[in-house]
Amino acid sequence: MSAEVQIKCRNIWKIFGDNPKRFMKRHKGAPTPEALKEAGYIGAVQDVSFDVHAGEILIIMGLSGSGKSTLIRCITRLNDPTAGEMEYEGRDLLKVSERELIDIRRHKMGMVFQSFGLLPNRDVLENVAFPLEVQGMDKAERVQRAKDMIELVGLQGRESYFPRELSGGQQQRVGIARSLAVEPDIWFLDEPFSALDPLIRAEMQDEFMRLQQKLKKTIVFITHDFEEATKLADRIGIMKDGRMVQLDTPEQIVLNPADDYVAEFARNAPRERIVSVGTIMKPIDPSAEGTVLVSEKIGSVAQQVLTANRPMGVVDEAGQIIGSVTREDVATTIFTRDAA
Amino acid sequence: MTEVTASTFQSESSQGVKMPSYWGVVFGITLLALIFHYVSPGVLPDRWWPEWEIPAEEWLTTRIEWLKSEATIFGIAFKDITRAIGEGLKAPVKWAEYVLYRGHANMSWIWLTVILASVVTYFSTLRNGLIAAVLFLTPILMALFFGDAAPESITSLPKMLSDGLKGIGAKALYGPIPWVAIAAGVIILGHWIGGWRLALLCAFTMLYLAVFNVWKDTMRTMTIVVVAVPMAAFVGVVLGIWVTRSKIAARIITPIFDLMQAVPHMAYLAPVAALFALGPVTALIATVVFAMPPMARCTILGLQTVPEEIVESGKMSGCTRRQLLWKVALPSGKRTLMLGVNQVVMQTFAMVVIASIAGAQGLGHKLLYSLQQLKLGTAIELGIAISVVAIVLDRLTQGYANKETDHFAVAKTWAQRHKHMLIFLVILVLSYIAAIWFRDVTIPPSKLTYTGAEGKVTLFDPKVLARWMDGGIREFNKNAFDYINPIRDWVTLNFLIPVRNFFLWMPWPVFVFVVGAAAWRYGGLSVLLLCLALMASFIVTGFWVETMKTTYLVLIATLLCVIIGVPLGVWAARSERVANILMPICDTLQTFPSFIYLIPAIMLFRVGDFANVFAIIPYATVPAIRYTYLGLKRIPEVTVEAAIANGTTKRQRLWKVELPIAIPEIMLGLNQTIMMALAMTAITALIGSTDLGQEVVRSISTQNFGRGILAGFFIAALGIIADRIIGSWADERKKQLGIG
Ligand SMILES: Nc1ncnc2c1ncn2[C@@H]1O[C@H](COP(=O)(O)OP(=O)(O)OP(=O)(O)O)[C@@H](O)[C@H]1O
Ligand SMILES: [Mg+2]
Repeated sequence: MSAEVQIKCRNIWKIFGDNPKRFMKRHKGAPTPEALKEAGYIGAVQDVSFDVHAGEILIIMGLSGSGKSTLIRCITRLNDPTAGEMEYEGRDLLKVSERELIDIRRHKMGMVFQSFGLLPNRDVLENVAFPLEVQGMDKAERVQRAKDMIELVGLQGRESYFPRELSGGQQQRVGIARSLAVEPDIWFLDEPFSALDPLIRAEMQDEFMRLQQKLKKTIVFITHDFEEATKLADRIGIMKDGRMVQLDTPEQIVLNPADDYVAEFARNAPRERIVSVGTIMKPIDPSAEGTVLVSEKIGSVAQQVLTANRPMGVVDEAGQIIGSVTREDVATTIFTRDAA
Repeated sequence: MTEVTASTFQSESSQGVKMPSYWGVVFGITLLALIFHYVSPGVLPDRWWPEWEIPAEEWLTTRIEWLKSEATIFGIAFKDITRAIGEGLKAPVKWAEYVLYRGHANMSWIWLTVILASVVTYFSTLRNGLIAAVLFLTPILMALFFGDAAPESITSLPKMLSDGLKGIGAKALYGPIPWVAIAAGVIILGHWIGGWRLALLCAFTMLYLAVFNVWKDTMRTMTIVVVAVPMAAFVGVVLGIWVTRSKIAARIITPIFDLMQAVPHMAYLAPVAALFALGPVTALIATVVFAMPPMARCTILGLQTVPEEIVESGKMSGCTRRQLLWKVALPSGKRTLMLGVNQVVMQTFAMVVIASIAGAQGLGHKLLYSLQQLKLGTAIELGIAISVVAIVLDRLTQGYANKETDHFAVAKTWAQRHKHMLIFLVILVLSYIAAIWFRDVTIPPSKLTYTGAEGKVTLFDPKVLARWMDGGIREFNKNAFDYINPIRDWVTLNFLIPVRNFFLWMPWPVFVFVVGAAAWRYGGLSVLLLCLALMASFIVTGFWVETMKTTYLVLIATLLCVIIGVPLGVWAARSERVANILMPICDTLQTFPSFIYLIPAIMLFRVGDFANVFAIIPYATVPAIRYTYLGLKRIPEVTVEAAIANGTTKRQRLWKVELPIAIPEIMLGLNQTIMMALAMTAITALIGSTDLGQEVVRSISTQNFGRGILAGFFIAALGIIADRIIGSWADERKKQLGIG
């Protein structure tokens, strides 16, 4: 994860209430949760700092009301943060003029909303072409681009349908196509699939993975669903009461949760599909027999390791032995959640 | 949800202890004061002292005089400004008249322009079409602006055309749009919007208008509607947008709208008539002012209820502020906006009918005349005409608001997509051509005749029918009066007159005390102060007697409306079948301009307070029914089920659970009923009364506008007092019930 930093957030605060700025000043920029509560203010986002790296999928999780939406609405400037600093590709996001902000939104950012946010009076094609239309792209070109996007999300043939005539999954495809139409560099998705039923959700997740493999965008993705998160994420950030309690790779979150709250999230996670062999590997054991690949998830090698009588060697991509893995290690990793 | 019921019972019992003490004291004081007044009259003042009277009326009158003669704004005389506005507004009204029923020599030139512009547009672009239109209209515009000074070489072209047409006997080509084409247009529009059912309704209406010879009067009325609706809609949208954008605008405009809502139609005429001469322009301005607030309200509502996510997705798509408004917010609020247009059309129509007393020609004027002459047959014919036109206007605009966009349209050819328009155009052209030979195509004949071998035979003559109906009604009344008159007189003598006398006898401090007590109890200091100020305004200006007459009429009418309306509402809430019958009737009653409710009142009871109350009831009962129904329907099912589980009988449930929960809603209905009763008292003034409404009406004919403006304001003041007290009561109650 040494890729270049695309978005940098430092000490972001977002406080709702009568006069949040004055309140912040009174508490010297760092009010305690108790102070907030007493004054009747809501600290939707409290002192959050993190980076988004170019090309990664960063997933933000947390219980309802923990401030996830508010956080990305701060980054997209749909809400102005009460305090803090934000940079986008080195530019101070809080100091850009309205014109520049509109420009950034027109060309750099795309966003998908939980309840789709489609324009009810426009059909699919016009909805997808909408961001291009407001940029002033001429009609033939934007229609062509919109058609490409509609094909990308598999909605060809429905161009002249209106949002209310589409199923939830189809509407969200329109939302995705629209957000992609401007070829954004960074893509925000706020619980894009949570309004959908489980079958369609799984289908949309696969669809999403397929798209991402093709597009390789930087993504900030909000979800409630830890499984969804582990399926998609490079890193997961977990929020609680406005604070970012842990921001790490799925494996680390599963294996080394920062506190009980995080552990609770990870409890029912399918560890065998998250943890890779490299994470639980021990130093080289000369008595090892056979080998498994270091980057393999333990689920896919479990049978091999568990049925072997001796520890197995671990090899890297080049075939070099770099460690070993025992039956006990695999078993405890997979089953500890029941012990917890 | 069960908590709701629990808290209902609780607040009931806690109030049972507290309320009588406050109201007991108020009641006691009031009773003592009245007894005292009875025993030793003259001590408590029953009128304001003349030497302390504020001469608001004179002051207003001199102000108006001053405005009309001396006032200047930036060095321009005020009267010149009003005259300019008047002249400016006269032009569109005139043109609407030419097009709809009068015709004009230049009409042929206009049509030529339209045809040419369409051809140019079709073969090149809309812009070129517009340029062509402007070029072709130059002669007429020049003649309009420069009069005789316009160069004859240019202005003579249209004249040559019309002379030429006259020469070949085709004078019809500069007549108005043939009625056949207008009627066909409305029917086709009905079909486009609402299918065959609506088309049939339109066809029936058009036929009625033609057969009963009210076509021309309908068109006279429509000229103002046609001009007023776009103006009111435009101003309303602009104001609405402004309110949602600027806090200051919201703070200024919202209370003005609140006031305007309480001012009865009639009262708009006095101030406008004060500044502009009586005639169509005054009617137009009053109509626009009256019909505009609903549009603004709907715009505000439409913009404010656009889902947050849609606005945000617009922002994330990179909309500028302006794009956000025009491409996101307004289009997605379109349905609400169209309902606003529906309201504007209905209000405009209602107002134009009433504006007949300020010089608007048309249906209202004829109706007023026939009512005053007691030509009831004609009045009924006109009343039906007004009603059916109102229904058609309502259905057309509502249907358009709810119309779905046809998304299979792309697959169709241009002609298929525009078949309605094409059919209309064909009929238009054909009817113009037919009009050259058949005059009846242009204006419907005043009676249907048939020329056979034995000469002319009249098949149908609405005048004869009306006369026949007159006779019938007179006959009916002659017989029925034996029964009706005694009832009317008995009620008037034993009920109406005593109540009225009581209100006039009552010293004003008692009235102020009772109203003030209610205001203080429910609304607190601010409402109390507002009510005191409003009451003072009619007491100290010498309008006490008139105001009390209005108050008494409205109180009695409201009482009757509640007695009739609430049980009907309960019944409808109980039975689906009743609701299915009753609610459409309510809808229809509300589309009718209030004016026509005078017809049955006069027919049965002639003039007098009894007739006035009778006219108010059908108009003002509707909200009582509707709000009761809605209030009961909105009670969560769980609450009712919990009460059933508790073993309540149906009646107990109604009285102990449902009505207490629905009562805030019912009170809002009462509020509306009072507003509508107030508005209606001003209209009943047309058939004779002696209250504030009469002052408004009379002020227009006597040109004593100051008095009319004040009387109109005091009607509004009564409305506002009732609204604030009842409104705060309902709010408090809602909070107690946890449903606010
Ligand atoms: N406009 C607002 N005004 C006041 N409070 C707000 C506003 N928006 C959000 N909040 C509060 O901020 C907190 C965080 O809200 P947010 O929407 O960010 O939560 P979330 O993590 O996205 O929850 P969910 O998973 O339900 O979407 C909540 O307590 C919410 O009530
Ligand atoms: Mg959220």
